[in-house]
Amino acid sequence: MENALGQPQTILVLGGTSDIGLAIARQMLSPTTRTVVLACRDADRGERAAAGLRHHSLSVDVVAFEATDTENHAEFISTVVEKFGDIDVAIVAFSLLGDGAVTSVDVEAAVEISQVNFTGVVSSTIAIANQMRNQGHGSIVMLSSVAGERVRRANPVYGATKAGIDGFAQGLGDSLAADGVHVLIVRPGFVVSKMTTGLKAAPFATTPEKVADATVKGLRAKRRMVWVPGILRYVFSALRHLPGPVWRRLPLG
Amino acid sequence: MSKPSRARLSGWGRTNPSVADEVTIVAASLAATIKEAGLRGALARGLGRSYGDAAQNGGGLVLRLASGPGDIVLHPAEARVTVGAGVSIDELLRVIVQHGFFVPVTPGTRFVTIGGAIASDIHGKNHHIDGSIGNHVESITMMLADGSTAVIGPGNNPMLFWATIGGMGLTGVMIDATIRLLPIETSRMRIDTSRVADLDALLATMSSHDDDVRYSVAWIDLVAKGRNLGRSVLSRGDHARLTELDARDSVAPLSYAPHQLIAVPPLVPQKGLLNHATVAAFNEAWFRRAPVRRVGEIQGISAFFHPLDLVGSWNRLYGNRGMVQYQFVVPFGQEDAMRTVVERLSASGAASFLAVLKRFGAANPAPLSFPQAGWTLALDVPGASRGLGDLLHSLDRVVLDAGGRHYFAKDSHMTPEAVRRGYPRLDEWKAIRDEVDPLGVWQSDLGRRLGLI
Repeated sequence: MENALGQPQTILVLGGTSDIGLAIARQMLSPTTRTVVLACRDADRGERAAAGLRHHSLSVDVVAFEATDTENHAEFISTVVEKFGDIDVAIVAFSLLGDGAVTSVDVEAAVEISQVNFTGVVSSTIAIANQMRNQGHGSIVMLSSVAGERVRRANPVYGATKAGIDGFAQGLGDSLAADGVHVLIVRPGFVVSKMTTGLKAAPFATTPEKVADATVKGLRAKRRMVWVPGILRYVFSALRHLPGPVWRRLPLG
Repeated sequence: MSKPSRARLSGWGRTNPSVADEVTIVAASLAATIKEAGLRGALARGLGRSYGDAAQNGGGLVLRLASGPGDIVLHPAEARVTVGAGVSIDELLRVIVQHGFFVPVTPGTRFVTIGGAIASDIHGKNHHIDGSIGNHVESITMMLADGSTAVIGPGNNPMLFWATIGGMGLTGVMIDATIRLLPIETSRMRIDTSRVADLDALLATMSSHDDDVRYSVAWIDLVAKGRNLGRSVLSRGDHARLTELDARDSVAPLSYAPHQLIAVPPLVPQKGLLNHATVAAFNEAWFRRAPVRRVGEIQGISAFFHPLDLVGSWNRLYGNRGMVQYQFVVPFGQEDAMRTVVERLSASGAASFLAVLKRFGAANPAPLSFPQAGWTLALDVPGASRGLGDLLHSLDRVVLDAGGRHYFAKDSHMTPEAVRRGYPRLDEWKAIRDEVDPLGVWQSDLGRRLGLI
């Protein structure tokens, strides 16, 4: 159970090696937090991430998680709960970026990204939501993107999966409100992290730490959505209304 | 039995709510209802005046015990009352005061139930003389996890009795309790009030004169800094004797009709109205309006014991982030720890409104009872205060290092480790609970959060 100061006892990160997911978990740590569970595909990288978080009164556990193994997501969550108790905050941070130039033409690559980023997120988030409904409390952080507002031509498949889970999280958040479960949608712009290594930074680029700071503030204030940096909310609400021919001509990568 | 309905429940601090199935029932249908409890168990909830998550059970069943007019049976000849667990101290006082009796212990609000009062082992301004409410309970009728009813008392299953006193509702559901009452001649209080310049003077005054008076409490200004650090208003007194009333009051010496002056409406700005500036101004006014020294003032019961009850829903003043209460005790001899806490709170700029300091007498035998001989300080701060988490965790260390502990009924931020240190008899309590509730029917958010269950 989260305490009165919004400090969770148990944090689950799906995508436990994600720079943003880890930064959010780190930002939430306090003497109240007892367990962080990093769910990820690559155990070695998970262990390295765990070593960076661990300290004397905090246990950090790495558990194997496969986004496309949707049949077992419900069981996966029950196992975590059996072992660690109620999940106070779940951060859904996993996704594949893919190379826009490839995924726009390669069916197989496009399907893989869609299955991980959309189907996998929906499936695991529903499993978490069911658990939190049973607990009567909890928060889900959904890592969306500014693409949730308008998808860019540079990476349409990735953008569409983010737009998809963004919409999913909006509806889910409304349906969970009466059950005491809070869903926070995080829409960062370009984040300088290992996922974007080698890519040219877009305007208003930000960092995992800044995303984490905004996320934790949003959680405490029970916000529905945060943009990072905040100005992107206004930039994108203008961009989304641009006529197609104008939008296409913008140098947005 | 009415059907349970999904309800979002929080404590008086309105901080970390959870959603549970809530149902109001009569004692007769308790046994059938608790059979319906699922994996998240069941918990009795009174008036929701504990500040944190003590009366919440997210995802589980929350039971509210209906009370009726037959639930207060006064035995005047023996100065005792048998009272339903769902009856409030407010309802009880409205019956017993006119017959010349007072509750042995009352907290700062009369809107708590008897069941809640015993589960929290509440204390009042007379702890240094009379102890906490558990010291005055003769017997409790309760429903156990297996659906059976037991009557327990200090001489009748004392292990379970003392585990239930201060047991936060996690040993069973109380149905009624028989409590010894305090005979009074009048419904008025005779109070001495004085201003005290700083913390050292306050501790010295209370140490030397407290044992002469039944009720003693100091309001302390935690916003004041520098030479005003710890300035206080000390008020002490007892129930007035008939001979102490003037002619007008003597006409109806036992009249008692408390009322609410105003209520805070539901629409308060999100950020609340209590911040450092408004609280500092209020505290300044409160200190200045107190007499430098006034002896023998006659006051009503409500004015002395329950001043905040004059303002309905005052917790709304803190806005949508709510308030955090912090109450701890440190043993005598650890005055430096108290000083450190007061200094840190003052330096932090936290907007603490109406902090209360008092002396506790000896502890009772209950393993989870909060009071122990020493100094206790209770304060509230807006939940949205910047840096509050770090501040409270730093105060926790000072308190625990001094051999102190925190109060479950006020708590909303502690850790299981802090509970283990503050309550060294926790395992003894757990063993008793495991015996009467092996399947874990009784659960609460606080119990899960602090590792009590």
